[in-house]
Order: sequence, then C-alpha cells, then structure tokens
Amino acid sequence: MTALLTEAFLTALLTGAIMAGIPLLLAGLGEMISERAGVLNLGIEGMMMVGAFLGFYVNWRTGSGALGFLAGAGGGMAMATVMVLFCVRRGINQIVIGIGLTLFAGGLTAMLHYYAFARSYPRLGARDTLEIPVLSQIPVIGQSLFNTHPVVYLSIALIAATGWVMRRTNLGLAIRAAGDKPAAADTAGVEIMAIRTAAVLFAGTMAGLGGAFLSTVSASVFVPFMTHGDGYIGIVLAMLSRGRPIWVLVGALIFGACLSMTTALQVAGIGIPTDVIQMLPFAAVLLVLILFGRSANPPPALTVFYARGSR
Amino acid sequence: MTGVNAMEPAVADAAGERLARIGRTLALTALPVAAALAVSAMVLLAFGVDPLEYYAYVLRRSLLSGLGLQSTLTRMAPMLLVAASLILAFRAGLWNLGGDGQFMLGAVAAAAVGPALAGALPVWLVWLACMVAAMAAAAIWGLLPAVLKVRSGINEIVTTMMTSFLGISLANALIKLTFKDPAASEPQTRTLSAAERLPFLGDSTITSGLLIGVVAVLAAHFVLARTSYGFRLRVLGENVPAAIHSGYRTGWLTCSIFAISAGLCGLAGAIEVIGVQGNVRADWNPAYGMMVIPLIYLARFNGLATILFVFLYAMLSIGTESAARRMGVPHYFTYVVISVLLMAIAAVSHLAEHRARTGKARP
Repeated sequence: MTALLTEAFLTALLTGAIMAGIPLLLAGLGEMISERAGVLNLGIEGMMMVGAFLGFYVNWRTGSGALGFLAGAGGGMAMATVMVLFCVRRGINQIVIGIGLTLFAGGLTAMLHYYAFARSYPRLGARDTLEIPVLSQIPVIGQSLFNTHPVVYLSIALIAATGWVMRRTNLGLAIRAAGDKPAAADTAGVEIMAIRTAAVLFAGTMAGLGGAFLSTVSASVFVPFMTHGDGYIGIVLAMLSRGRPIWVLVGALIFGACLSMTTALQVAGIGIPTDVIQMLPFAAVLLVLILFGRSANPPPALTVFYARGSR
Repeated sequence: MTGVNAMEPAVADAAGERLARIGRTLALTALPVAAALAVSAMVLLAFGVDPLEYYAYVLRRSLLSGLGLQSTLTRMAPMLLVAASLILAFRAGLWNLGGDGQFMLGAVAAAAVGPALAGALPVWLVWLACMVAAMAAAAIWGLLPAVLKVRSGINEIVTTMMTSFLGISLANALIKLTFKDPAASEPQTRTLSAAERLPFLGDSTITSGLLIGVVAVLAAHFVLARTSYGFRLRVLGENVPAAIHSGYRTGWLTCSIFAISAGLCGLAGAIEVIGVQGNVRADWNPAYGMMVIPLIYLARFNGLATILFVFLYAMLSIGTESAARRMGVPHYFTYVVISVLLMAIAAVSHLAEHRARTGKARP
C-alpha cells in the first residue's frame, strides 16, 4: 500500500517537474546560446509572455496544438527581431531594451487577453500525448517520461542537438568566439553580426515555444503575467550552465520540481497560502546562486556591441 | 584690434553652442516622449480605440478636473520616493530592479506597526514608527542582492528581480498569515482610521506625503551633486576600477547604496499606507518600481526634471485608471506607453552619442 502510494507520488512529482520544467528549459537553452554569443537577453520573460498568449489564442481558436506552438514560437521570434535591430545591429543598451521588451509584452498581452476574452479565462481541452510503446510501461518514469507531450521529446532532443553543436561543430565555436573575443573571431572570418542575430532569434523562438508550452500544456489557460519570473529563472539557468545544455536540463528539472510542488501541495490540501509555496522556486534559485554563483563566469564580451570596422 | 576681431566669433560661438546644447537636450527629451505617444497611439488604433479621444480623456480626468489633479498629486508621493531611490542606485551603476518587492515589504511593515500603535501613541510618533519600520524591513531585503554581488560577484539585475518576486510573495503571505485583520472578510491588514493617516495639504485632498516625496528627490539630487558620499557614489557608477584605485571600500559603498535605495522604496510603501490606503490588501501591488525607471532616465537623473516627469506619469496613471472604467481600455496600457518610452530613450540617446562621436572625428 505504501509502496503504491510512493510510486504514485513519485510519478506525479516527476510529471509535475517536467510540465513546469520544460518552459524553463526552453527559455534557459535559448538564453544560453544568446549569452554565449555575447547578447544578454533580458527580454526573454516578455518573449515567453507573447509566446504564451499567441500559443493559447491560436490553439483555442483552431483547436490545433501544433499551430499554437508555431504561433508562440513565431511571436517570440518577432519580439527577438526588435532586440536584433536595436542591440545587435545598432548597439543600443541590451539591458534597457530587454527590460523594455518585457514590460511591453506584459502590457500588450494583458490588453490582448482583455480584448479577446474580457474577464473570462477559458480552458483548453485535454492535452496531446505521445505514448512510446514498451518504455512507457517502466514503473515511475514510464508514464511521466514516455507518455507525455511531443514537445517534451522535442525539448530533450534540442538539448542533445545544441550540446553537440556547441562542442563539436564550427558553428558552436563561432558562437562561443562571438561572446569571448568578437574582434579575433571577426579577423578569422566569422560574421559576428550574423552569428549574434541567429543566436538572438533562436533565443526568442525558444522562449516563445516555452511560453506556448506553459499556457497550452502546463496550465491549459492564459492569465496575464502568467510567466511570473520563469524567464528570469531561465537567465539564471543559462548563467549557471556555462554553455553546457545538459546543466540547463538538470537545473530546469530541479526548479521545475520546486514549481510543481506548488500544485502538489495545493492538491494535497495543505493549508498554506499559495504565496508561501510560490516563494519556493525563487528561494531555491537564490540558494543555488549563493552556493554556486561564484562559478558562473559570463563570456567576456557579454553586452559588448561589436560591428566590423567600428572604433 | 585683431584681438577684438578674434573675440567676436568666439562669443558668438559660445552662445551658439549653448543654444545647440539646449536644443539637443530638448530633442533628447521630446523625441522619446513623442515616439512613445505615437507608438502607443498605434496600439490603441489596433484595438479600435480613437487615440486622440483617449489622450484627451486622460488629460481631462487627470489634469483639468480639480479632483483629478488632486489624485494626480497624491499619486506622485510614492512615485517620487521610488524615483529618489532609483536615482541613487542607478547613478552608482547598480541596477535595483527589486523596487516592487521592497515597496510591498515596506507597505506591510507600516501596516503592521501603524494600527498596533495607533491610540497608544501620539499620531506623529505612530507615523515615524511606521516609516522607520518600513525602511528597516526594505533595507534588510535590499541587502540580500547587495551581499550576493559583493561576496560572489553575482549580477544584481537577476537577483533583484528574484528578490522582488520573493518579496511580493512574502508580503502577501504576511498579510494572510500574520497581520490579517480578523474582522475583515477579504485578507487585508488592520486599517488606520482617516484621523490616524497623514493630513491633507490645506483644504485639498492631496496627501502631505507629497512633501516627503519632493524632499526625498531634492535630497537625492543634493547628495549626488554636493557631498563626498555622492561623489564616491558617482565614481563607482562611472568607473569601478577608478573607485577601487581611489581606495574606496566599494563593497561597503555598494551595500550602503542598496540599503538606502531599498529603504526609500520601503518608505514609499509606508507613505502610501499611512497617507492614502490605510491598510494593505492581499495581492495589491502598484508596481511603481518598474514604471519609474524610464522617468529618471528621461530626466537624466536631474531632481527637478524628475519631479516634472513623475507628475506627467502620475497624470497618465490616474487618467488610464479612469479610462479603464469609462472607455474599457485596460490600465495595462500604461505598460505599453512606459516600455516604448524606455526603449525610445535608449534609441535616441544612442543616436545622439553616435552623432557626437562621428562629428568629433571630422577634422
């Protein structure tokens, strides 16, 4: 009996960690690439908000989860285009534009929600799952890992793919060089602006996907400002991972577990206000920063503008 | 004779240069504001709202009606304190983006102390206790990112954001668990009666907290411009290696600035509670900490200009709240205006710097 209970509990915890962790993972992965290329993207939170709204809205209108994800990714990418034009092409302060984009996205998505749904918060139907035969029969991890949303598999594949690109390919080398020493990389024939443009657009797309996952899969509902700091947790993940996607995955699952405790404890009916439980992930992030923050060394050219022939 | 001839163009040049500088300052200020209003107008148009009618309505409700103007001036009080807080931090090159958490903790501290002491002490002593408690609570909270920055070199942008989310949640938890008014149906703290709140100015309904806000901004301006502490603070903001080589204890300086900056945000919360609200309701968060950032940039950290821009933003804030009820445009519209303003300031000053650089390069 107790064995059964723990298995059910562990499955629920792992499922919750994945559901809450995937948005963090996608945002953190995109931010990591962007930071390695030398662009600090503080607009990631806003890009997630746009992805969350568009993903939800398109899914709700068309009934298609895939279209929702496409719209979310596109929305995140569109926001990132502003960052490219202002920061990568013109060298305007990345921090200010990032904060501005986040504020803008918060206001815009809240207005869009109001004009689309007034004060109602419609819910989406059941989420898609893709069951992998045999593997899904493994106890505990079977149902949570191998009978889940397709985007979860996609995210894990993206972690593996970016890990390979960053460590084994010329493109990965060029990305790292753009953040470490752009002038030297430029001399070696690397197009810094092109690399950084691609990196920022990738970050926006990932953040948009993460936002769409948050609203259409994790929550099945859109609420203004629902990202509630997930983008900033993604930035911390990117900081701590030091260019290794596998650490983004590990961190996302840990913080995701903290976030999912919120729902788990509420379901368990423990009489603590949600506010106390909502503090958990941020307290965990700060604790991790206190313990390991010293080892997070950012790329030297982070936030430094580079254009061929300037100065 | 040659001397006189040589003098004249020099004088004319000086006058011309002065005019050019004034013109440049005006352009740097007016262009972002115009851009923000124009882009926001396009957003309104996209939602099918007539922007001219909307802006006219905002202006009528916040400036041209007597009651509206008084609300605008009252709204300025906490915003000015937040502005003073951010001017000090930003001039020191420190990104305190945790103003909202500090504000909320200050507000809750004041709302906890005030009603508990009211009746037992003279009102002015109650107000003083509220303000001190709020500043202390917020300053301690503000030290957390400061210590992380000094001890481990962790960028304060992310940590202040985190502590902001944490602080807001903590404030709400305190309201619901510790300081809940047992008599109220909704979770909120106990309430200061109207007689126990800060008095109005004269016959108006403007809170006297406005004076505290004005004094705080002018004091921040004075400290930066005229004191040795302000000088060290600016050196830290302009050039960290120079501050270290000058023998400043940069760690202590960073911590002290964070404590003062956070304390002022906490004081803003206290002023809002003992001046206007009387209590703190759960899930109330006016988010002044983020919205004031573009204003102090637009004012280029000048005290008097800050007061002017805070007034303009308070107008927008009061006007949009009224428009939300009457015209059905959600007040989140202020986020759009403020964010476009912030990005436009960055873009315009970047262009100006770029022009100045390339201009100097010419022979």
